[in-house]
Amino acid sequence: MVDMVMAPPEMQVVYDYPDSLTDTPTSYCPGCTHGIAHRLVAEVLDELGLREQTVLVSPVGCSVFIYQYFNLDACVAPHGRAPAMATGIKRMLPNHIVFTYQGDGDLVSIGAAEILHAAARGEKITTIFINNAIYGMTGGQMAPTSLPGQKTTSSPTGRDIVSTGNPIRMSEVIAQLDGAAYIVRRSLHDVASIRKAKKAILTAFKVQMAGLGFSMVELLSSCPTNWGIAPETALEWIEQNMLPYYPVGDFKVRDDVKAL
Amino acid sequence: MTVGKIIIHQDRCKGCTLCSTVCPQHVIHMDDTRLNARGYHPALFVDNGDCTGCAVCAVICPDVCITVYREAPAPKRARLAEGAAAL
Repeated sequence: MVDMVMAPPEMQVVYDYPDSLTDTPTSYCPGCTHGIAHRLVAEVLDELGLREQTVLVSPVGCSVFIYQYFNLDACVAPHGRAPAMATGIKRMLPNHIVFTYQGDGDLVSIGAAEILHAAARGEKITTIFINNAIYGMTGGQMAPTSLPGQKTTSSPTGRDIVSTGNPIRMSEVIAQLDGAAYIVRRSLHDVASIRKAKKAILTAFKVQMAGLGFSMVELLSSCPTNWGIAPETALEWIEQNMLPYYPVGDFKVRDDVKAL
Repeated sequence: MTVGKIIIHQDRCKGCTLCSTVCPQHVIHMDDTRLNARGYHPALFVDNGDCTGCAVCAVICPDVCITVYREAPAPKRARLAEGAAAL
């Protein structure tokens, strides 16, 4: 990826571009943490040596073009239906790793039934769930995960919980289901959290490799453009506003997962 | 102190400033004087010898623009062996 002429030969590379990502520049806005999540997944697949055996199911949302960014086999599901498509692929190709990458507008609203039933059936797939509390691609409308009082284009005076209800904590909901083996929430708001998120993604893929059941990692992400703030302020906004409502933690780690 | 170096892929950078905010050595600045091929002010590495190659910038970069290099540390084990032999 870098100009190799400039690379200092006397030094060792400590951080380089993952093989599981293509050279295509992403369509995300500056500072969007989608890119960080992509890189973490790519690094985990590189470390596990699974690039040739992995099938990615792309969602609808900002990350709909994810198949261009990952150097993997992929297909695009209709809005919210990625877990259903992943179920079919995994059942036909049980020796492959199948994962879905979904945003909150995709997974929590229109795709809520699919993700709940995939988890309830204990499908041996992995879901990377990006929660940025807003619909990004369509212009910043209120999502089921938008915080109480959060201003969006469809809630210009702030989310009114009397008429729209409270945000859904999806990880906690899915953790209730017996088929779910590993359900955790992590954040991408600082370097330490990003490193922890990578460990969680690694575990989630190991759960699928061992065939233990459904695994999901929820990642609290930023949307600087639609939140209307600068990228670094957006990371602070995650810490100050999202973390109190969506606490980071392990909501379900089954005993057989702990033994991994 | 370990000596490091980073290379920022200028045309991938979207100028989000996250790397410059997390760098503990403050050796990454935003280049306000020019635009890259995509129309953003890219991040610029100031190679003044302060970089330790900690890779924090690469961990937070959403566009995977940064490659990090670090000087190979002197083999600690060999030094210990030397010390033991001198006694």
